Amino acid sequence: MASTAIPRLTAGAPMGGPTRMVHITVNDVPFAIEVQDRTLLVHFLRDTLGMTGTHIGCDTTHCGACTVLLDDRPVKSCTVLAVQADGRKVRTVEGLESGGKLHPVQEGFTAEHGLQCGFCTPGMMMTSVALLAKNPNPTEDEIRHAISGNLCRCTGYMNIVKAIQHAAKASGGAK
Amino acid sequence: MIPPKFDYHAPGTVDEAIGLLQKNAGDAKVLAGGQSLLPLMKLRLAEPKMLIDISRIAKLSYIQEDPELLRVGAATKINDLNDSQVIRSRYPMLADAGAHIADPLVRNMGTVGGNVCHGDPGNDLPACMLAIGARYVVRGPKGDRTIAAKEFYRDTFVTALDPAEILTEVQIPKAQNGDGGAYMKMERKVGDFAIAAVAVHLRLDSKGTVTSAGIALTNVGPTVLMAGKAASSLVGHKPTDADFLAAGKLAAEAAQPASDMRGPAEFKKGIVQTLTRRALHLAWGRAGGKS
Repeated sequence: MASTAIPRLTAGAPMGGPTRMVHITVNDVPFAIEVQDRTLLVHFLRDTLGMTGTHIGCDTTHCGACTVLLDDRPVKSCTVLAVQADGRKVRTVEGLESGGKLHPVQEGFTAEHGLQCGFCTPGMMMTSVALLAKNPNPTEDEIRHAISGNLCRCTGYMNIVKAIQHAAKASGGAK
Repeated sequence: MIPPKFDYHAPGTVDEAIGLLQKNAGDAKVLAGGQSLLPLMKLRLAEPKMLIDISRIAKLSYIQEDPELLRVGAATKINDLNDSQVIRSRYPMLADAGAHIADPLVRNMGTVGGNVCHGDPGNDLPACMLAIGARYVVRGPKGDRTIAAKEFYRDTFVTALDPAEILTEVQIPKAQNGDGGAYMKMERKVGDFAIAAVAVHLRLDSKGTVTSAGIALTNVGPTVLMAGKAASSLVGHKPTDADFLAAGKLAAEAAQPASDMRGPAEFKKGIVQTLTRRALHLAWGRAGGKS
């Protein structure tokens, strides 16, 4: 479905169906917002909170453009309900930079030209952040396995792998 | 795509969840990780009026080995299975399968219970459960009962689970010396269902003779399938490659694949034959068998 056909969701928008209050901490900021039960996490982030860093790609759990961290684990936010994130922590690409300083993974993607069109990049970086938090010195195989749920149609992945290796080296264990 | 309207509940206990299922018979679905159910809802292939989220019931998430059984809680995430040292070292067939379920991100939401009781013949864990002789503990309004995995799968998306029952635990016979298993899957790409996949489990005595064997097949029939003749052909032997090849042929005969976008039926039978032979070699080595 084209993205233009997706109804704009705002808190309390007349979409129909039951609603409930959710408490979700996004990039360390707590939100308490009434959402439709059927609101997907990606729409909660993009439309309710206006945080459009997280992308909607395939909308069918294949591409990983919508990857965010849910309690520190990367998940596909087009296949998670906002209500499933109630009481939990979400981290998005907007939460990587801190005090004007890019996250080592962001530095790595910049230094190694880890993107061309950039559509997959937010998801790719969130998966990378989770990988390096768990495994600060991954092998190339481990990197390729970790990002196997994130599709990139531009780079052929070579520079993405280098970007993640760059981040691993730069941070000695990126968090 | 946004799912159709539903009412969401997140009960704190299994009994509360069963009460909701009973009260809303036919209209309610259990949500564990949602990695199969939510896509079906977005495509309007499923339109439950109520979702009962059991993922917040902490008591349903565990991996525990006791003197008789390996017990895996239904809401255990696939990646928790994959990260478990007990699983990796003693039940490698489950780790093989866990590493091939969908993709690494889906495995952070998807659960063991969801994978075994969704009833899609393309799910990877059911074949493991048939091969290893697992039992499922389900709880309903009348209490607990256990169902052998091999009795559980009735038809595509149809299982022995009653509408007001919830799978709570998967029970696997505890690994012994001389046990070895393997799961091999051929897939077009990461994240796809299998073209075909094979789970095998062998038990050897101290002399290397096969005392029991289980072989089951993923995505080559309306349900997961047992390849009973293939398995029994190995029992009582100290098998050679010729025996594994013969078992592969019998497994291919047990397969009932349909021709589809993943390939023609004959091709899939060939894949079953080859994967069965390879998986038997791997399982044999893991069980400590020597050629």
